[in-house]
Amino acid sequence: MWDYSDKVKDHFFNPKNAGAVEGANAIGEVGSISCGDALRLTLKVNEDSEIIEDAGFQTFGCGSAIASSSVLTEIIKGLTLDEALKVTNQDIAAELDGLPPEKMHCSVMGREALQAAVANYRGEEWKDDHEEGALVCKCFAIDAVMIEEMVWANKLRTVEDVTNFTKAGGGCAACHEDIEAILEKVLKERGETFDPNAAPIEKVEAKAEKKPLTNLQRIKKIEEVIMSFRPQLMADGGDVELVEVVDKTAYVNMTGACNGCQMSSMTIAGIQQRLMEVMGEFIKVVPASQMPAAGLVNIKEAGHA
Amino acid sequence: MPDIYLDNNATTKVDRAVVDAMIPYFTEQFGNPSSIHRFADGVARAIKKARSQVQELLGAEHDSEIIFTSCGTESDSTAILSAIKAQPNRKEIITTAVEHPAILNLVDHLEKEGYTIHRMPVDKCGRLNLEAYKNLLSDQVAIVSVMWANNETGTIFPVEKMAEMANAAGVMFHTDAVQAVGKIPMMLQDTKIDMLSLSGHKLHAPKGIGVLYLRRGTRYRPLLRGGHQERGRRAGTENTASIVGLGVACDLAMQHMEFENTQVKAMRDRLEQGIIEQIPHCFVTGDLNNRLPNTTDIAFEYIEGEAILMLLNKAGIAASSGSACTSGSLEPSHVMRAMDIPYTAAHGTIRFSFSRYNSMSEVDEVLKVMPSIVATLRKLSPYWDSVNNTPVADPEQAFQPTYA
Repeated sequence: MWDYSDKVKDHFFNPKNAGAVEGANAIGEVGSISCGDALRLTLKVNEDSEIIEDAGFQTFGCGSAIASSSVLTEIIKGLTLDEALKVTNQDIAAELDGLPPEKMHCSVMGREALQAAVANYRGEEWKDDHEEGALVCKCFAIDAVMIEEMVWANKLRTVEDVTNFTKAGGGCAACHEDIEAILEKVLKERGETFDPNAAPIEKVEAKAEKKPLTNLQRIKKIEEVIMSFRPQLMADGGDVELVEVVDKTAYVNMTGACNGCQMSSMTIAGIQQRLMEVMGEFIKVVPASQMPAAGLVNIKEAGHA
Repeated sequence: MPDIYLDNNATTKVDRAVVDAMIPYFTEQFGNPSSIHRFADGVARAIKKARSQVQELLGAEHDSEIIFTSCGTESDSTAILSAIKAQPNRKEIITTAVEHPAILNLVDHLEKEGYTIHRMPVDKCGRLNLEAYKNLLSDQVAIVSVMWANNETGTIFPVEKMAEMANAAGVMFHTDAVQAVGKIPMMLQDTKIDMLSLSGHKLHAPKGIGVLYLRRGTRYRPLLRGGHQERGRRAGTENTASIVGLGVACDLAMQHMEFENTQVKAMRDRLEQGIIEQIPHCFVTGDLNNRLPNTTDIAFEYIEGEAILMLLNKAGIAASSGSACTSGSLEPSHVMRAMDIPYTAAHGTIRFSFSRYNSMSEVDEVLKVMPSIVATLRKLSPYWDSVNNTPVADPEQAFQPTYA
């Protein structure tokens, strides 16, 4: 069974605002019975202030779909429509203390129902802007449709390309066979053949926008991201520091309660994800204890110099 | 009341007698059965005994037809890969749309390598069309692989007849009998089945032990080559304790075969009838007249299976579901799709699978909580009209969400 947080369980076993709101003037319906998830969100919006006075949900779906719906209604009650539209699916997941990667689409469905309801209130038509496919990368919750679109749009050729553009495959690497299968399929449709040893393509858009960072700028930026995790870790009695950056690998020291704790690998995965988002490139975060011996010597020498 | 375990098609509790028989092979008799010192002197004999116990349960003609493997999946892979390696000119495989992933994902992979895969469809009750099967058999087919009983619905396929048809056409026949062994009496020596897979943990032996039955004379190529174990047909040091455990489990399965088909069946039937009588808009899936005695798979319309399981779990009851969410995929179970069960029901299927450890009082306990669990979730469902306690009129029309 899934490793649901206590908050997910609580919202599932004791859902808040279940059922349709009477006299609702904003209704959003999203999902699909074939996928096993469907949600109707009903809101009562004050027409003068645009404040959501009441919210109710009806959900066909699994535990996390029901919990996401329930927590969504709690979050948006009392907000104005504009404020509510700022709620992201990450906000919904965070309020539930996280969701398993396979279940992140439940929080997406919540946000989409909200957008649909607001569109309905304003007399607009809401269109779903993405199609969802089978989950490929479980570390970063990236599905097959997303990967295929990116491979098409950016003429990607290798697994490394796919990781650079979508993050898929940048974690545990177990999905590389599936990513290769997608590449093989799309390249065949394009009349090319997949070559696992092809040189990775340059990420054009990132280059066009700004000048490449100097080595120092790059390391500083990486350190900045890692520092931003410290308050959270220190609150749990741990800490993290950047030790060395070698090419695409950042070596970190986890200390205190983090060291050897089960959470440390999760924390590292989180840092890696944030780094890749900020830096726009593939970066691997590795505990300093796994640094090749030669690297360690260099640092020591540098430290004593 | 202690927790109630109704998920015996997923795995079973290891019988106490099995555990007791295994312990000495971890502690005193831990030797390698290939050695000749006293730490091993009883081990080879114990394996021989276990082999004959498995032979007895399967009704195999020779004990050398029993090859110990690590699991059902290994047995399945060995059987199919052996058949295609031994007959490189045959490029077709016949199987069914409702097989276990151990078969389906393997043949999907072989399809990419150029094999033609015939996945026979089933009707709404999960049954095969034997006329269509007959037409598929040819000298191009390397192997037919058809499960003896379906893991989700318990539906039994006529494998003995199908093996005869394959044999008449000169085609090898394999059956994944992981769910059937111990529940259906077998006499393999009277059949034309060439290969059969079984898995220990489905019949109260531990996980990590399986068997491939290989009829004497069937052309064979090993999956694992190496030492001389299993007469060179499955190299690798024997999982001695588990082999001994499986032997005892097979003995116990023989002794309980009748109990399984009377008492266990009675529990299953009472649960099934009780649920159908008390809860509106639910139905049993599969071939009701031709099923394993321990399995019932019930579709609860307009609600989702994982949510049902979570509420059952809270009530101390373990079962499983064919919903998409429990597997992390977007589609409900391929078995439900193959039977053309509507989506409104396929996502809400719950499988209850019994063993000889269950009791009637447990059935009553499930019947006590099930109606309110279903009612609770239907109250939340956009497809359900809580005021009138019926599905909304024409649910597909009344609620037409934007596809997300």
